[in-house]
Amino acid sequence: MAEIAIKQVAKRFGGFTALHQVDLTIADQEFMVLLGASGCGKTTLLRIVAGLETPSQGEVWIGGRRVDHLPPRDRGIAMVFQNYAVFPHLTVFENIAFGLRMKKLPQPEVERRVTRTAELMHIEQLLKRYSGQLSGGQRQRVAVARALAMEPDVILMDEPLSNLDALLRLEMRAELKGVLAASKTTTIYVTHDQVEAMSLADRIAVMHQGRIVQAATPVEVYRNPAARFVGSFIGNPPMNFIPATKTANGSWTVAGLALPGPKSDKRKIEFAIRPEDVDAGDEGLHATVRVIEPLGPHTLVTCDVEGGLFRAILESNAAIAVGDHLRLAPKADRIRWFDPETTNAL
Amino acid sequence: MIAVAEIPIAVPAVRKAGNWLLVATVILLSVWVLLPIYLLTVNALSSPEEVTAFPKRFFPSFDIGSLSFFINFAGVGRALWNSVLVATLTMILSIGFGAPAGYALSRFDFPGKGTFRFLVLMTRAFPLPLLALPLAVMFIRTGLDDTAIGLALVHTTLALPFAVLITFSLFSGIPVELEEAAWTLGCTRLQAFRKVILPLALPGMAASAVFAFTISWNEVFAAAVLTIENRTLTAFLLQSLGESPLYLKFAGGAALVIPALIFIFAVRKYLFAMWGIANR
Repeated sequence: MAEIAIKQVAKRFGGFTALHQVDLTIADQEFMVLLGASGCGKTTLLRIVAGLETPSQGEVWIGGRRVDHLPPRDRGIAMVFQNYAVFPHLTVFENIAFGLRMKKLPQPEVERRVTRTAELMHIEQLLKRYSGQLSGGQRQRVAVARALAMEPDVILMDEPLSNLDALLRLEMRAELKGVLAASKTTTIYVTHDQVEAMSLADRIAVMHQGRIVQAATPVEVYRNPAARFVGSFIGNPPMNFIPATKTANGSWTVAGLALPGPKSDKRKIEFAIRPEDVDAGDEGLHATVRVIEPLGPHTLVTCDVEGGLFRAILESNAAIAVGDHLRLAPKADRIRWFDPETTNAL
Repeated sequence: MIAVAEIPIAVPAVRKAGNWLLVATVILLSVWVLLPIYLLTVNALSSPEEVTAFPKRFFPSFDIGSLSFFINFAGVGRALWNSVLVATLTMILSIGFGAPAGYALSRFDFPGKGTFRFLVLMTRAFPLPLLALPLAVMFIRTGLDDTAIGLALVHTTLALPFAVLITFSLFSGIPVELEEAAWTLGCTRLQAFRKVILPLALPGMAASAVFAFTISWNEVFAAAVLTIENRTLTAFLLQSLGESPLYLKFAGGAALVIPALIFIFAVRKYLFAMWGIANR
């Protein structure tokens, strides 16, 4: 059992606050992805859990044990680094065996575990090689095998796929998911790649400027962003936002369209919709087509709505030309509303 | 109004002139360095008669008469032993102090880090003759004068800045993630250093040690001032060769220069690396 609890953890570097009192609980065997743009504090948070960075305040608990004062070696973790950190002076075998030898496991056990994890990562033919004789993808496999061989309670991964080329990344992503699910460890995985996050995670914690904005399942994060930032960061193309004004009868006017919306004492809020959640029809938002990008299965249409950009993903057979006037009808159950001041969902 | 006629110089002509200048400079510098070494080697490997004879031979006769006379010269053996002893102590002390300092500079941020780096270099700014007299007085008072360890301490001061800079660039070249990976795999800081960093840094540290050895081996001023009975080879030669025959001077010079040259040649790669970092 290795539940991870991060309680009120903050980190300041001099005058700069990298993390603002972050709270996050990760269930046993859960795959949690920390997602955010570079500089959002996700790697700092991971390094605090690993013990490579000391929090300025707050507590870290792993498996019911407070660990924030313990060195990395006593935390029951294993880590995979972005640049792999495969020891160049040791063979692949000795790299994978490194942590096991530190634990002073008997030689047969070391050999059994190295062989098993090497087979799992398909690198059993590379065991006698040195890091300099390996490709990037192979080094990545060695780094993962080295972490798995420890049979840790928790595996921490810091952008492990970001140095691989696109095709290899796709292949490793699927493989990692399978291997980690089978290993039954709790995983924290840091990435800036939303596709990677969506495909791997049980839950995603979206981070922005040193705070966790939302921690939820991939579908929840995508469908019900807790804040404007989540909607604009996740999804490609991102969510569309249009200002909404309250009418006398309590409904909201969005680009000339009257929509029932949330009860709010604010006079102006924001209407939001994902590009794929609109249909071109006889009624809806007034839009003027600016750019048309046929993408095969569908067509990405960039329009002007109320003087702002609005992206819509429409059927690829739709006969649309630049300059056309469209009516885009939002799907009622997919409309989201945001408070422009707090940027939180209403 | 005076018209100044500028005669444009063709680009290829300029480039050609530049090439000539480069070649000439390279030749001049090479001759400047290599000619004395060449003369030293040729004369050291010639018989005593040939050294004073004229015309000179282009290739030495490989007569070891001069060298064997030099080796058997009274006091040379002792001075040689002193030189090796002092240089070895210098090597141990400069790596012992320099490597931890280099590691700290490359891995930790601490207040005054920039100043510290600057001060390390500043130790080279004081001319040794300026310090020699107070140093000699202090050494006599503490009883360090005329001892190998006393001289080694002075030589360590000279070698330490280089040891710090070489090991600093060395440790900076080893990714910190390797160390962090070792920590997460069960190592203490010390174990991680011993099992991961040391094996990777060892060749460079050996180079830095050899360089410290060479600095001590070549140093003459402090050696001459601070030792009387326990002369190192340089100080001994300075003292006794003034009155010796020419062939003995050449043999003594060669005995000093050749080991130093071989050492520096062996570690040149790491010295370039150090200067590459120091130039930034």
